[in-house]
Amino acid sequence: MVRILKRTYIYLIFAFLYLPIAVLMVYSFNDARSRGMWGGFTLRWYVELFQDRTIMHSLYSTLIIGISSAVIATIIGTFAAIGIHNTRGVPKKLIMNVTYLPVLNPEIVTAISLMLLFVFSKVRFGYLTLLLSHITFNVPYVILSVLPKLRQLNKHLYEAALDLGCTPLQALWKVIIPEIMPGIITGLLLAFTLSIDDFVVSFFTTGSGVSTLSITVYSMARRGINPKINALSTIMFTFVLALLIIVNVRQAREERKERNGRRVPKKDSPYDPRFGSA
Amino acid sequence: MGDVFPRKTVLTILGLVVLSLALTGCGKEQPVLYVYNWGDYIDESILEEFEKETGIKVVYDTFSTNEDMYVKIKSGGSNYDVIFPSDYMVTRMINEGMLLEIDLEKIPNHVHIDPKLMGADYDPKNEYTLPYMWGTLGILYNTTMVEEGEVESWDVLWDAKYAKNILMLDSQRDSIGAALLKLGYSINTKDPRELAEAAELLKQQKPLVLAYVVDEGKDKMVAGEAALALTWSGEAMYAIAENPDLSYAIPKEGTNLWFDVMAIPKGAKNVEAAHKFMDFLNRPEIALRNAEYTGYSTPNLAAWEMLPEEVRNDPRAYPSEEVLANTEVFVSLGETLKEYDRIWTEVKAF
Amino acid sequence: MKRLSLTPYLIWMVLFTVVPMLLVLYYAFTVPTEGGVTWSLQNFARFFEPIYLRVFLRSLYLAVISTGICLLLGYPAAMVMAGNAFKRKHVVMLLFVVPMWMNFLLRTYAWLTILERNGFINALLGFFNLPRLNILYTNTAVVLGMVYNFLPFMVLPIYSVLSKIDKGVVEAAGDLGANPFQVFMKVILPLSMPGVVSGITMVFMPAMTTFVISRLLGGGQFTLIGNLIEQQFLVVGDWGFGSAISVVMIVVILLSMAVMSFFEGEEKDVALW
Repeated sequence: MVRILKRTYIYLIFAFLYLPIAVLMVYSFNDARSRGMWGGFTLRWYVELFQDRTIMHSLYSTLIIGISSAVIATIIGTFAAIGIHNTRGVPKKLIMNVTYLPVLNPEIVTAISLMLLFVFSKVRFGYLTLLLSHITFNVPYVILSVLPKLRQLNKHLYEAALDLGCTPLQALWKVIIPEIMPGIITGLLLAFTLSIDDFVVSFFTTGSGVSTLSITVYSMARRGINPKINALSTIMFTFVLALLIIVNVRQAREERKERNGRRVPKKDSPYDPRFGSA
Repeated sequence: MGDVFPRKTVLTILGLVVLSLALTGCGKEQPVLYVYNWGDYIDESILEEFEKETGIKVVYDTFSTNEDMYVKIKSGGSNYDVIFPSDYMVTRMINEGMLLEIDLEKIPNHVHIDPKLMGADYDPKNEYTLPYMWGTLGILYNTTMVEEGEVESWDVLWDAKYAKNILMLDSQRDSIGAALLKLGYSINTKDPRELAEAAELLKQQKPLVLAYVVDEGKDKMVAGEAALALTWSGEAMYAIAENPDLSYAIPKEGTNLWFDVMAIPKGAKNVEAAHKFMDFLNRPEIALRNAEYTGYSTPNLAAWEMLPEEVRNDPRAYPSEEVLANTEVFVSLGETLKEYDRIWTEVKAF
Repeated sequence: MKRLSLTPYLIWMVLFTVVPMLLVLYYAFTVPTEGGVTWSLQNFARFFEPIYLRVFLRSLYLAVISTGICLLLGYPAAMVMAGNAFKRKHVVMLLFVVPMWMNFLLRTYAWLTILERNGFINALLGFFNLPRLNILYTNTAVVLGMVYNFLPFMVLPIYSVLSKIDKGVVEAAGDLGANPFQVFMKVILPLSMPGVVSGITMVFMPAMTTFVISRLLGGGQFTLIGNLIEQQFLVVGDWGFGSAISVVMIVVILLSMAVMSFFEGEEKDVALW
């Protein structure tokens, strides 16, 4: 019974989160340009979407920048978090406060200050500057996601691993990283999300010929956002959902196989029942 | 969690990262034209035709507000060849030496532009710009909620009958401008007394205002959320096309005439191509297509003549000469802009 | 070896965070004059005029409420996710994040469609002959928008910490005679604090400086700090004043976090002076 209540709570929250998405999707079939009016059902926006080279181009850039900046930021951020966790006192406080700056700063301030930095250093604006800026505002979020996990870690885990014969690198890779993995994944997800949806920083730090989806959408606002964008959002959303379902089904199958004893858990995995509960 | 990121996925992602870094070093061989315009403000098939005809590749970027565009151009980080600022931004850019002079001889098609719309205050000799689209500031209203006679004066936006049914623009100069017009003053005034009066009026109006909107206003009017909205003619025509219950009026006290223009910023790499593009856009058939795509009013007389009757003679999109005579163009305010900003902050925060 | 892992980040930090920040400070502390620039506190003085203070307080008020609601809604959600209610937790976690992959402006416009007079909610209410609600263009709408946008940022860090709390500790507390409420207050809550602090950080700061939400859902009637700053930078061109406001905000927030962690005592190494 309690379980049902718990699930219902989450479902309610999901309903809240997905309501606007549902609205978006419905309007992608609207046979009128304005969202103020329902003009009947149509598929024309989907057709027009694929003929629109600007939008497809922006989508491509957005995904590339999103994935790259998220991955790089996660790598830098995770190692930074590990380093910060092992620092003490004044240097640590200083570093933490500076880390917060991109989060604290209004986006326009981050955007313009980065833009000025690139102008002064005569870097050519384009993919590179865009990537650098995205990584810059992503890293603090990764650090903020990984740090709590590090603090949760048993202090002696690392030493124990070394005592048992691991080199520092092995200890890091096989012991620490798996333990903080939820934090790393959270950081990666947050970084990717922030990157995809960013407008202000992207606008001011990109170069000619490089536009992200956000920039394209915001630029349309004056003339009324074309429902082609709704169509694109619907497709993206459906794609992600489908991916989730596929991954889910695959995992369910694997779990069933495990239970039927046809597979043995990987050796040395923290989830190996021989090592106790993780 | 070990299974979530199998090796293949990691490798693909790393591959994408490498690819993206490689892209940062991409170069192009053929001549390129960099254009910076509002979103959805051109018929994109025109770009393809231009590319085919001239062999010049067009890289087309978009911006969402004049201010954003101004900061980008000023910082010098990007080099665009053709930009499309609005009138008030043009004076500012000219004063700061950000625009290149255009050579009208390289743009023979400029003769098609309506002479009445050339030489406006923001660029009296058209040394730097040519008009691209134009329009007026006025009142978009819902005919089922408002009588046609009522919108003859700016006073209607202060009418208590329409409390919480009025939409004003979240744009300093336009809303302060409406108040100034109601008082009979110039929309470019620097007189502190006149500005104080306008500020008072706006504060009095605030309880009647449903919201200060930007671009979402037209969709709201289409949905019938409000009876009256201060808006621009281009947006009004869009809204009217979506909802025939709507109409647009220019009050008798006069109004603001706005222009979106084409200009060449300093730092443009391909000035030749820029001129060719501007000339191409002013060909009557091309200007006509742009006008039909955007639904805005074109300054190109030859194109105007080819428009369908109902559009050509629609006084809302193409007002008469007398109405035009009673309009003012925004010019740069210099330091007084800070005063306008102060008033605006007071009105909105109070 | 651990120190070495910090180096790449340190370099990055100095280049891309510290240097730009110095630029901001430069603008904040200088005023353009005839010949060039002079150092001055004029920009800061301007901020303390009543009208701007009012804007600041209103932003603070809305940010605190939004953060509070995010915490109230988000913590239980994180607990449920970390518990036994769902088998495939990472799927649930992803589902939290996916809505944010849709363009922000578009989602906010969708809220307009939902909340307006002739919008979805009122249409539904009208269908059941219930009185219409005027949610849009009130504080409520702005808070709703903020909670909507920032909720996942609160849930995820808390979830990631909760999911790794040693179940043995929780069981032990129960064995030692604590009832579920006590287990929560004395064991789970304190252990989850690092995640909570992270969550609050990631929600409160952006909530203070957001401007699109207040503009679209508040009908431009609530000028918040974010709108003010954006206006200074873009419309007015007074980068000095805009920078000064940002600096004041950052200082205030960092100070308040220092105060907060002072009360938490112990080694809460998240942000301290």
